[in-house]
Amino acid sequence: MSFYETFRHFADSYALVAMLILFVGLCAWPFRPGSKKRNHHAATMIFKGQDDGE
Amino acid sequence: MSDPVVEETVKGHKRLERNITLLAVATFITVSIGGLVQITPLFYLENTIEKVEGVRPYTPLEQAGRDIYIREGCYTCHSQMVRPFRDEVERYGHYSLAAESMYDHPFQWGSKRTGPDLARVGNRYSDEWHVQHLENPQSVVPESVMPQYSFLKDTELAIGDPAATLTALRRVGVSYSDEDIEKAEADMLAQADPDADPGDLAERYPKALIRDFDGDPDRLTEMDALIAYLQMLGTLVDFDSAAPLEELAEEKGR
Amino acid sequence: MHAEAALGRIGLWFIIMLAAIASAVAAADAGFAAHATIIAIVAFAMIWMSASRFDPMGKAQGFFKMPDGPSRYDDDVIRWGVIATMFWGIAGLLAGVFIAAQLAFPQLNFEPYLNFGRVRPLHTSAVIFAFGGNALLATSFYVVQRTCRTQLAFPGLARFVFWGYQLFIVLAATGYLLGITQSREYAEPEWYVDLWLTIVWVAYFIVFVGTLAKRKEPHIYVANWFYLAFIVTIAMLHIVNNLAMPVSLLGAKSYSAFAGVQDALTQWWYGHNAVGFFLTAGFLAMMYYFVPKQAERPVYSYRLSIIHFWSLIFLYIWAGPHHLHYTALPDWAQTLGMVFSVMLWMPSWGGMINGLMTLNGAWDKVRTDPIIRMMVMALAFYGMSTFEGPMLSIKSVNSLSHYTDWTIGHVHSGALGWNGMITFACVYFLVPRLWKRGRMYSLRMINWHFWLATLGIVFYASSMWVSGIMQGLMWREYGPNGYLVWSFADSVAAMFPMYVMRMAGGLMYLSGALIMTYNIWMTLAGKQREEAPLRDAAYDPQADRPIVQPRPEAVPAE
Repeated sequence: MSFYETFRHFADSYALVAMLILFVGLCAWPFRPGSKKRNHHAATMIFKGQDDGE
Repeated sequence: MSDPVVEETVKGHKRLERNITLLAVATFITVSIGGLVQITPLFYLENTIEKVEGVRPYTPLEQAGRDIYIREGCYTCHSQMVRPFRDEVERYGHYSLAAESMYDHPFQWGSKRTGPDLARVGNRYSDEWHVQHLENPQSVVPESVMPQYSFLKDTELAIGDPAATLTALRRVGVSYSDEDIEKAEADMLAQADPDADPGDLAERYPKALIRDFDGDPDRLTEMDALIAYLQMLGTLVDFDSAAPLEELAEEKGR
Repeated sequence: MHAEAALGRIGLWFIIMLAAIASAVAAADAGFAAHATIIAIVAFAMIWMSASRFDPMGKAQGFFKMPDGPSRYDDDVIRWGVIATMFWGIAGLLAGVFIAAQLAFPQLNFEPYLNFGRVRPLHTSAVIFAFGGNALLATSFYVVQRTCRTQLAFPGLARFVFWGYQLFIVLAATGYLLGITQSREYAEPEWYVDLWLTIVWVAYFIVFVGTLAKRKEPHIYVANWFYLAFIVTIAMLHIVNNLAMPVSLLGAKSYSAFAGVQDALTQWWYGHNAVGFFLTAGFLAMMYYFVPKQAERPVYSYRLSIIHFWSLIFLYIWAGPHHLHYTALPDWAQTLGMVFSVMLWMPSWGGMINGLMTLNGAWDKVRTDPIIRMMVMALAFYGMSTFEGPMLSIKSVNSLSHYTDWTIGHVHSGALGWNGMITFACVYFLVPRLWKRGRMYSLRMINWHFWLATLGIVFYASSMWVSGIMQGLMWREYGPNGYLVWSFADSVAAMFPMYVMRMAGGLMYLSGALIMTYNIWMTLAGKQREEAPLRDAAYDPQADRPIVQPRPEAVPAE
């Protein structure tokens, strides 16, 4: 079986579903509720302290 | 570090956000994948490395002309890639094959047609037309916005070391023979000099045009070299004979 | 600096100068000799500066009124970066207007050194690598220090990065005019200049990562990821795309390691990702720091920025083959390039939305703060060109647009709109802070700059749309008799009015940048223009009421 066909079989099987789930999971991961506080902390850290041009 | 947020267990994506080495490595892996998948197959796939009857390395003079073509940035306005569309094939000639640029280090496909495509400009115009056009493009094509290149005719071709040029090209994969390299300088001088003996130049480089190009047989100018290059562009493969057409029919993926 | 150290430096520069002079004498071609001479002159200047005083930049820093004395962050090199950004920006825009004029009026070509083919790479390199590159150097050093709350890791190396990069620019620019080029678009410099840039870039990586490594903040702020991806990926692209065999070690000429199809895809893998990682990832880093700072509110969604980052850097690298549609590149590669280009639309717009929505609740600042206005316009153009890009990468659209001015218009709406505007906004943000001035000399001039630039882009992009689509249609038009209707020369003649309009647009954009230069100069001089403030429309309680539509009176049915 050629390289191409191997990939083709892979993409035509449940592997496609698995990849989709992985993709959606990766996208959803940062949005899980547990990370809310840390993300807020990270986003606002640039405003802490006086750090402009001194 | 008394911040309770900071003291939480560092895991998941947070690890990447706090470990510079990990972040750099993950980034590098992420950006490598696309290039590897797309570029590596081109070095072994059949229709990108096949040979087509007639395609040969450039003669030393043509290569010198090609170097001038690159030096002057001709690629910024002229493509050398005819796409397989009816209008382009009618306007410029048979669409370009991958094999036709197999000795092009670097490729000159271009990205913009401020001027017309040059992939098959060879043998379309006379040498005299090219000389006049390069000296003053507007004198032959009034609408043209091409710059003038009259200095080419007044500039002696810097011969330099053609053998070194061919050696460098052989190192990157162009199939020059030892004889080609040995005779490089003589080949270069003989191709544009009607009085000189070209020897077996035409056998080693089939279809090489051996004549004076710039209208001044006494001097070897940059104009000679550039026109020698332009006049051979796209002429090596004989699309009217049967053999290449068979190969074309087999060529997949176009 | 101690005297022995100074003496050591002089010795080192003297050796480099001798080596450069020897190379110039033994050079195989005139161009290489010219470049060796430039290096010898630089080395001589370094000897002179090391010898005459131990604080070589002192006088120059005084000229640009740079504040001295100890500061919390290492900002000297950033100030130089801002000045270099402005200098090369003006130079690059000027070159652009010049070549635009050449296309309308070919008499403006002065052979051989100022012919279009030699000046065009000068323009592209000057705006991308000199203007954009210096903006990235300066802002990355600024942002990484602030977000890590630490000073640059290797201050000496950081200076080497900056000045070494300027030498790279000078060698590249003079090389194009002298005819030294690899003809690889956006990677034209020859092998020895490429080697020099590699050294500079590795030093840049070391400074940047070193600073991140000694940070006093546990979290690495998102802007730094984008800067890091930009530095790492450009290193990879630069090294692979510039693999070449020099003809002689004392000559400028080299031949690419690859040929034909392989060479074409390698080049456009590079070329597209120079856009993707130099002009997109690096400038998104600027957006992720400066837009929240100027708006004084955190980025809209930090979580979205995580997805934005990984999806953008993963997808971008695949999109290169869309520059080679319908060429001799195999079909599967073209299709792959097209599919990934279309997918790329999503992370691009995700990033744009993330930037724009940062202003949520502060949209009134668009009226009163011209810097915010520039940032919003930059993001709007980013969104526009990242929609246009995927559209142009669709093969059927590309069959019309490829080789035409449409591509040029697309590139410039991205470069002038996105890269230019966000850079101007960041420089307006940086200058008062770096020079410890209260504010810019004039806010109204920023407003003028904004409108001139916006109008210039509109002129540029719309004229290139018209000329590009017209070219594409003229080339493929058949008459009822079955023959092509137009000769190529007809299509060239038809471009003329559009080329003049494009030049006018470029002039407007350039004059905006000149106003900016004056504004910065006066700010450096410590002046503040007396001017009426940019303010909201005056509050009129009379007008502040809902508009009530007079209701037609109910007409009883008859």
